[in-house]
Amino acid sequence: MPDIFSTYEERLKDFDWSISANELEYREGQIINIGWYCSDRICLKGKADKIALFYEGFGGIEKKYTFNDIRLAGNTIGTFLRNLGIKNEDRVCLFMDRIPELYLSFLGILKIGAIVQPLFSAFGDESLFVRLENAQTRAIITQRKHLPKVRKILDRLPHLEFIIIVDHTKTKPLGNKEVAFSLEESEPVETMEIFPTFAESPSVLHYTSGTTGQPKGVKHVHYSIISQYLTSKWVLDLRDVDIYWCTADPGWVTGTSYGIIGPWSLGITQCVLDTGFSAQAWYRFIEKYRITMWYSAPTAIRSLMKAGNEIIKDFDLSSLRHLASVGEPLNSEAVIWSEKIFGKPFLDTFWQTETGSIMITNFPGMKVKPGSMGKPFPGIIGVVLDPRTYQPITEPGKIGLIAFKPGWPSMMRSYWNNEEKYMEKFVNGWYLSGDKASIDIEGYFWFVGRDDDVINTAGHLVSPFEVESALLEHPAVGESAVTSKPDEVNMEVVKAFITLKPGFTASPDLELEIMNFIRKKLSPLAMPQDIEYMEKLPKTRSGKIMRRLLHAKEWGEDIGDISTLEND
Amino acid sequence: MEEKNLQEMKDLVLNYVINEYLEDEDETITYDTPLISSGYVDSFSMVSLLVFLENKFKIKIPPSKATPEAFDSVNNIVALVSMYLK
Repeated sequence: MPDIFSTYEERLKDFDWSISANELEYREGQIINIGWYCSDRICLKGKADKIALFYEGFGGIEKKYTFNDIRLAGNTIGTFLRNLGIKNEDRVCLFMDRIPELYLSFLGILKIGAIVQPLFSAFGDESLFVRLENAQTRAIITQRKHLPKVRKILDRLPHLEFIIIVDHTKTKPLGNKEVAFSLEESEPVETMEIFPTFAESPSVLHYTSGTTGQPKGVKHVHYSIISQYLTSKWVLDLRDVDIYWCTADPGWVTGTSYGIIGPWSLGITQCVLDTGFSAQAWYRFIEKYRITMWYSAPTAIRSLMKAGNEIIKDFDLSSLRHLASVGEPLNSEAVIWSEKIFGKPFLDTFWQTETGSIMITNFPGMKVKPGSMGKPFPGIIGVVLDPRTYQPITEPGKIGLIAFKPGWPSMMRSYWNNEEKYMEKFVNGWYLSGDKASIDIEGYFWFVGRDDDVINTAGHLVSPFEVESALLEHPAVGESAVTSKPDEVNMEVVKAFITLKPGFTASPDLELEIMNFIRKKLSPLAMPQDIEYMEKLPKTRSGKIMRRLLHAKEWGEDIGDISTLEND
Repeated sequence: MEEKNLQEMKDLVLNYVINEYLEDEDETITYDTPLISSGYVDSFSMVSLLVFLENKFKIKIPPSKATPEAFDSVNNIVALVSMYLK
């Protein structure tokens, strides 16, 4: 069996996902439950007293949990939910900041066979509504600070029966459907019956944005742990003595696949920092906890670069052994910078909400080409397809659509209640990622960009359709078109082009009002960072807005064929 | 700048931050409360705060000066704005 020092080629040889199944002692047809694997099993392996989680919140709040603590917490939360009447396959939403209850509830929900629906806590009320409505979510676990958003949409969510508040102030009355739950004040539940989930039982429902239509719920299953375990071990190179920090929020897939399932299924100690970003705070955190493995995102790395190298001298970062990055293409400057500053490069990893685990990657034992995505993980068949024929391109350097042969363990099993969209992702027996790349003569992938209009800002996908629709709900907006514009730190940010309804006049104050309207309704990520007023939007003769033209203008690209452009 | 004007500016910025960015109605902040590093205002929302300041005080703050550190408290923000007021 390949060990941690194997080369890429050695790992490819005779690769089979049974390597992972064997290490997890899983046999086909047996019960497989991620909640149990990440806590109970680690305790049974003799690591009950090992630290599973170091948590630090704003204001110096510190907490730590052993694997036995997270096992008990999972049992306690799971039992509480079960006593409320939550059953297997019910959707339970996690809508919290990165507090310990978020991570521990994740385990508890899975232990009772229910489906975890993690949502980014900065989502506005409308973003929250469409996702809860689509999933017909039965319960939401949240914090007091996020209650106003939930209360605002409650009347429109007939399936939502329980609003569970983890930090309820006893002096304040509970509202309709609200239930208080305090983990610290609950009696720990030593034993509970784990729901017998199997390989294809649904586990996690993450929402992702597309060019058109509402966000799609990506359904994953308990068998995904087979991929997440092995990629954590080989790509993130997690070892028993490691102190690991994944900076992603569990509202997004990185924060669950590699912020919970991967490390904890390996029995690894991980750290969570729940504060806003500042370079000093991050470096101090690494120094304080002697972090050895750090999995972050290009936007964060570029922000650290921007903060300058001088402040790094104030911190001892010598504990860092291995660095990796995900979310957007990692520019070669960032790879070279990290080599210079930390003595090791950030290794790029490529994957998506739909893939559930790392697909194309650089990892220890491979030659790193700065700026490259790396090569497919063993067991993953990745190609670039000709966009006209959907046949694999064999010519090195030619750009095509990144596609994968279906069948890896953590592949999504469906889009929630949207079979049609799901089927559109497969052509000629290939899963289409929606991204474009080329492959060089040595088999390394080089990212080019999206194949659609979805905006990737700071590693998060934003649907232009969703922002355009929300803009139209503002009383002043007549028409809207949304695209991206380049951004030094976030790669790209949302830009909106609007026309105004009669009676409204363009002004900087109106621009700010519209920005805040979108920020609160959707999320800060979706807020246009620039709004351009137009007399009219460019349209085809059939009346369709030519978003492509606006995108080309922002990026200084060739505007291409405009023969269909509507004339005055 | 006169003390009275400075105080008015601080209160204006503080009230704007409370009304626009604080989600928990029970939470209170002061002129020195960290805004960015605490997570009250994220880096994306910082852009709308910048637009507010530029509109309100009729100034233009260069992107290189609109850093997380310069926006990390009401006092820092007021100091930044003061540099660009005529």
